[in-house]
Amino acid sequence: MQETAWQVSLVLMLMITFGVVFVAINSGKREEEYGPLVKRAYSFRTKLFWAVAFVFFPAMIYNLMDLPYSPKAVASSGPAQVINVNGHMWYWEMDRDQVEPNQPVEIRVTSADVNHGFGIYDPDLRLIAQTQAMPGYTNVIHITFPREGTYRVLCMEYCGVAHHNMMTEIKVGKS
Amino acid sequence: MATYTYTPVPDQGAKAGVLAYLVISCVVLLLMMLFGLLMRMEQAQMISIGALWFYKIMTLHGAGMVGIVALAGAAIMWHFLRQYVDLSTGIFMANLILFLTGVVMILASVLLGDFHAAWTFLFPLPGNSMGMWTPGAAALFMGGLLVIGVGFVLLHLDIARAIISRYGGLGRGLGWPQLFGPDDGNAPPPAVVASTMVTIVNLIGLVVGASILVMMLVNLYVPTFEIDALLAKGMIYFFGHVFINAVIYMAVIAVYEILPRYTQRPWKSNKVFLASWTASTIMVMFIFPHHLLMDYAFPKWFLIMGHIIGYLNTFPILIVTGYGAMMIVYRSGIRWDMCSRLLFVSLFGWAVGAMPAFIDGTITVNYVMHNTLWVPGHFHTYLLLGMVAMVFGFMYYLGKPNENAPDSALDVAAFWGFVIGTMGFTMSFLYSGKISAPRRYAEHLPEWVPYDKIASYFAMLLIASVLVFIFRFLTRLGLASRDYQRASLARSMAT
Repeated sequence: MQETAWQVSLVLMLMITFGVVFVAINSGKREEEYGPLVKRAYSFRTKLFWAVAFVFFPAMIYNLMDLPYSPKAVASSGPAQVINVNGHMWYWEMDRDQVEPNQPVEIRVTSADVNHGFGIYDPDLRLIAQTQAMPGYTNVIHITFPREGTYRVLCMEYCGVAHHNMMTEIKVGKS
Repeated sequence: MATYTYTPVPDQGAKAGVLAYLVISCVVLLLMMLFGLLMRMEQAQMISIGALWFYKIMTLHGAGMVGIVALAGAAIMWHFLRQYVDLSTGIFMANLILFLTGVVMILASVLLGDFHAAWTFLFPLPGNSMGMWTPGAAALFMGGLLVIGVGFVLLHLDIARAIISRYGGLGRGLGWPQLFGPDDGNAPPPAVVASTMVTIVNLIGLVVGASILVMMLVNLYVPTFEIDALLAKGMIYFFGHVFINAVIYMAVIAVYEILPRYTQRPWKSNKVFLASWTASTIMVMFIFPHHLLMDYAFPKWFLIMGHIIGYLNTFPILIVTGYGAMMIVYRSGIRWDMCSRLLFVSLFGWAVGAMPAFIDGTITVNYVMHNTLWVPGHFHTYLLLGMVAMVFGFMYYLGKPNENAPDSALDVAAFWGFVIGTMGFTMSFLYSGKISAPRRYAEHLPEWVPYDKIASYFAMLLIASVLVFIFRFLTRLGLASRDYQRASLARSMAT
């Protein structure tokens, strides 16, 4: 997902850059009659509007198809493995830190004091899931770990002077 | 088709109050940039200031930057708006005094009281410090924000009064009669439309912000006065998002007012323009759930609303304002100087920064990129290369010795240093976000450090360039206050 976000951003940013550079290059010689130019520009703007809408609207809808707020329908069987998490300044309290791969996991996250963020990093240090740890609320991450290994948990909401040290681990499989 | 008969009024120099706003903006902006550089250098392991100082500086950098860009934006808005409506200089100066009072309170809270709960002051962190600061320090910080907010409420009330008095209502300030009825060509000029929008959203945002600040201040001393953390978060992000977004809508007035003089083409308040600003008025107020997408406890419809409006919000920026600037510059014979370069590039910065921003507002992306360095990556792009470029463009305009005055090679080099420095700096942020480096970390894991180093070098280039901009403005303060023609007037024309 991060790679896609990066590449899509780069493409869009480059397209804007080309447009701006094109205008800057073509800014020197004056076209005195602004009326016809405005007409052409408005016509192009209408096309641009529909082109952007044609790309953005399907993307907007498509990205609503797979929201992380509810459990995914997974091929794996068996009851969810539950981890209850409580965030504290500045450590994570978890009632288990080992789960099996390819089986659904339900991580119920809350906080005992201030806002924290429960971010799960895979063994390659890539963020794969997160939710906020809120005092008075429980947010649930539904996840199936695809492979064995040691996953790191980092705090994703600023919570004070040791925020960056608020780390723990979840072991997936026998590792 | 409507005939637009208004022309911009002749060039006016800045009032002493506007210059005071701008000089203070220069000083604070530079200081906050240096604080930002210190943070990046700490993460890059080039210096060692420790976590406590990192987070204290981070708190000052956040609060200071939000405050100072609001002050600079207000200076631009007030300078141009007063040419159309009757504004109170007393209120304008009262805002500055309240701002400085708030700044002193915040500085004392952080530097003397060790307060470091970030500018977002998320409840209940300010009152739950684990002994790192006292309730008094937290109260001083939040009180400082409150005092600054009161100043801006006064300023916006005065602007609302002046617009209502001149145009007959805020709806008329937004050009609704021309938007929803026949376009008679008499819609208010862009500066008035933009000021009306900013005034509406900021008044609502500031009242919500002040409400949560007062609630938290009471809670500090009367803990039995309980606050729901989720409600507090929603209120803080509503206020924060509206207020920081409004700064760019204030500053863009400089583009609307100055660029037409350079291109000899008018920037018209036509139906598309008016529709875009009315849409922005609504969207700026309802987009804030995109900050809360990882708070699953909010209703799902509320979070999906943030996702959808994030996409829709790109339309006015790209299709109307950004495109409008391209339209009047294309084949215009524009004279490129520091002012026109900075104003032109500011639209680029705004548009290009909006791309990673709306992508981050996509729920599935936010799931793996929220609160990573991707976030400061996008907002630094449109604030620095967008909003701050507008401010410096305005400053170069005010200090322009005459219509044909050439720029020195140093200034031109500084312009390119600013563009390259900002893009390098923000792309390093974005790339760090792509590789999952979290934001607001005093210490980075070794995997993230190389990009922190790259960012630090680009930040140095950026700051060196800004030093040139500031030096030039300060040496031209005398010119900035005088009334004379700095660029040709845009021609009135019918299309």
